Amino acid sequence: MKKIVLFIITLISSITVFAQDNGVDMADKLRSSGKIYVVVAVMLLLFTAFILYLFSIDRRLKKIEKEN
Amino acid sequence: MSKNWWKITASVFVLYTVVAGLLLKVPTLPILHESIRNLYFHVPMWFAMIVIYTVAVVNSIRYLKTNNEKYDLIAVESVNTGLLFGFVGLVSGMIWANFTWGSPWPNDPKLNSAAIATLMYLAYTVLRSSLDEEQKRAKISAIYNIFAFPVMVVLLFVLPRLTDSLHPGNGGNPGFGAYDLDSNMRLVFYPAVLGWIGIAVWIMNIRFRIRKLENIKNQI
Repeated sequence: MKKIVLFIITLISSITVFAQDNGVDMADKLRSSGKIYVVVAVMLLLFTAFILYLFSIDRRLKKIEKEN
Repeated sequence: MSKNWWKITASVFVLYTVVAGLLLKVPTLPILHESIRNLYFHVPMWFAMIVIYTVAVVNSIRYLKTNNEKYDLIAVESVNTGLLFGFVGLVSGMIWANFTWGSPWPNDPKLNSAAIATLMYLAYTVLRSSLDEEQKRAKISAIYNIFAFPVMVVLLFVLPRLTDSLHPGNGGNPGFGAYDLDSNMRLVFYPAVLGWIGIAVWIMNIRFRIRKLENIKNQI
């Protein structure tokens, strides 16, 4: 139990380390306005389409292989 | 479906890295800023390329041992797929370098080595297309491939480390792991590498099966 609590505490403290502001510009505005999710949605769509396309090629190929 | 488990796993990993790679916290570093997220997309291309070239060399050795044409076909398509990932890796690196190092091609030894390695594998495809006799072509290109592989490894991992390089982990620069590949980034980076290796093997597998069918057709 002690170990688990210690683990969670170190996990949380490791998260807060990143919260510090060291003057480096990050895309915080994009994140706070929520529009980063638009990018995530678009990229997710593109990659899903790419993977489904690969699956469909695979299926068609399997059909031809069976005929041979 | 059970045969496709690795394809599904690779797909899930890649889709996961799209979401987690854009949304999870990353270290705030000067110069890199948000572009550090490119690590999840640019570096896995090279990992995939190296794994697929390893598949190529293993199958070239198997071809020379058994004279089974199948292994030759796997080797060719592995090199073809590796070239695709090499080109994507080069171009994605050029875009990243343009914004962080100031120029798309800052004469970095690792960039030049990667370009030479890619040219070397392009030469493999040229060598193949210049030979008409099938068995001769398979044998000579298999031997070329076996020689190309260690040269590629030396070009990518040994020579850039001997001089100054902008890439992390080269020329006295600490690797990403030393200061900023923290546990948060590992959570995305490792699945990204595994996922893209899976996708590369998958593309190679599809190309090999097409080539096998073409081969059967040509023999009739």
